[in-house]
Amino acid sequence: MATVAGPAQRELLSTGDALRLEGVSRSFGALKAVENFSFSVAAGERRAVIGANGAGKTTLFNVITGDYAATSGRVRFFGEDVTAHPPYERIRAGMRRTYQSSLLFRDLTVRDNLFLAVRGVARGRFSFLHPGRASTTRAAAEGLLERVRLTHVGDEPVAMLSHGQQRQLEIGMALAGAPRLILFDEPAAGLSPAERRELVVLLNALPKHMSFILIEHDLEIALRVVDRVTVMHNGRMLKEGTPAEIENDPEVQEIYMGQAGHA
Amino acid sequence: MSAAEWRNAMNAGSGRLAMGKVLVLPPQEKTESWTRKNPIRARHVLVLGFLLAFPMYATPFLTYQIGAQSLALGLIALSLTFLGGYGGMVSLAQMTVAGVAGYMLAVFGASGEAALSLGWSWWIAVPIAIVIATLVGTAIGWLSVRTEGIYTIMITLAVGVAFYYLCLQNYSVLNGFQGFQRVYAPTVLGINLREPVPFYFLVLACALGGYFLAKYILRAPFGIAMQGIRDNPRRMNALGFHVMAHRVAAYAVAGLIAAVGGVLFTWYNGLVTPGSVGTSWLINILVIAVLGGMRHPIGPFIGAIVFVLLQTFAIDLIDRERFNLVIGGVFLAIVLFSPDGLLGLWAALKSRFPSGSKFLTPRGGIR
Repeated sequence: MATVAGPAQRELLSTGDALRLEGVSRSFGALKAVENFSFSVAAGERRAVIGANGAGKTTLFNVITGDYAATSGRVRFFGEDVTAHPPYERIRAGMRRTYQSSLLFRDLTVRDNLFLAVRGVARGRFSFLHPGRASTTRAAAEGLLERVRLTHVGDEPVAMLSHGQQRQLEIGMALAGAPRLILFDEPAAGLSPAERRELVVLLNALPKHMSFILIEHDLEIALRVVDRVTVMHNGRMLKEGTPAEIENDPEVQEIYMGQAGHA
Repeated sequence: MSAAEWRNAMNAGSGRLAMGKVLVLPPQEKTESWTRKNPIRARHVLVLGFLLAFPMYATPFLTYQIGAQSLALGLIALSLTFLGGYGGMVSLAQMTVAGVAGYMLAVFGASGEAALSLGWSWWIAVPIAIVIATLVGTAIGWLSVRTEGIYTIMITLAVGVAFYYLCLQNYSVLNGFQGFQRVYAPTVLGINLREPVPFYFLVLACALGGYFLAKYILRAPFGIAMQGIRDNPRRMNALGFHVMAHRVAAYAVAGLIAAVGGVLFTWYNGLVTPGSVGTSWLINILVIAVLGGMRHPIGPFIGAIVFVLLQTFAIDLIDRERFNLVIGGVFLAIVLFSPDGLLGLWAALKSRFPSGSKFLTPRGGIR
């Protein structure tokens, strides 16, 4: 939905923030999963959000994408207030996400999954006509298939893929269209060491103008691919800084890394 | 493949070895693909040949009562398979949509109730009836897409029952309990479509049209999106699809199919009354769709043939008052032994005899 940017929005646009959260909260009854959370991610910035299980990271993603409405606060995407927008409008505006546990269409082929992802952010979602061989949607889906190295299983139902391949497909679907900000929710979960190395290569190879936010428990990965790190604890922001600052912060070490070390 | 081989393949980063060995599986017909090839096989030619030759050998009774009735009911049930099997929306109001088409046909066209029917020519009355019924189908969709599962069934049942009582109680337009008698198929280009053979071919043409329309749409972007919404609406929303709008559009397509079926069924009966849209018919359409199987558009037609055969001949096996028991028993047996209906039984039989390796070809995708 196109909106005319007002003076306040123009000011935000000029600051170059891809995403800005202003005092965002999300409660489930008495439980405050995210509480008064404010932060901004610059265009082209790569950010990690880390924190112990239950810190509110995935809920934060759900509020950003609109899967959950914010109880209070504002979500601005490239200056536009999208707080009241449904998820599909935010996606069409250039926001993408992957899910912690793969939410793929298991009976459809890998190609069809990517085709759906491309079609979802393109025109012709309601088309009753079959796409021709020269269709740009097909070409885009093929491009994604190669990008995430799944060409050899393109015709297979997703249910037949290994866990690692399903995670790769999730990332491929997030890259459909022209994403401006991608939210990766634990993309390395359950991957083998070799697959993790491939993931790091894939994330580092993303175009520089593309921002992403990464939830990741594996700090080796998180700290190797991001510019800044936000630490969440009990639904609130605990720290923010460069990977080196966060790694050496005694409070973070005690709360988060200490727990990770024992896991 | 041993666990070590699998691990090595995964650690090598490609997974090709693993995939190559496990991926030859039977296709799952319930999900259509964008470009899955479906070549014309001998069985397709045989079925079409049988359908075309059927009136040449069958008696007028079989042609009309069994053939035409099955195809008309199958078309209405196809609209439910389209919605339920591929869209995950089980609507009990598809017979209501068909009934609206029948009533509108009687109101705008000719019937025995000259005082109420406008008496317009069939080529005006039929399109009007289909458009109005499609709009009603879309409106029912708009009302019910906010619900899921059992609630969709309940809300569409409520709409169906409400329409039944409207028909029963409204005398000024819908002629109340009497409904409209003598709503007959017209004579077109000198061919009297009331005759069993011409009427059979008319219904066959519409049934084939509905079948191929459903097949085509289910493989088009819209149809694949529908199946995506059935499997995971939240994910589809997160891919940029307006799930509610898609569901309403699916109701519109299903409404169109049901409306055409409704016109044909009204012509078949020669009348439309509140009984045509009563609760038993709402349920019968569901029974037909489930009996045949909701995993392929051919399912409702197979279900309709079995249903009509039972309804027609069960009376020869058992007392007039108890023939519904036979229908219920057969329905129960099929659903118990095969939740996918008769198509599921067929698939189970084929998997027992996999020698014709066609069944084991991998699925296609975008090529």
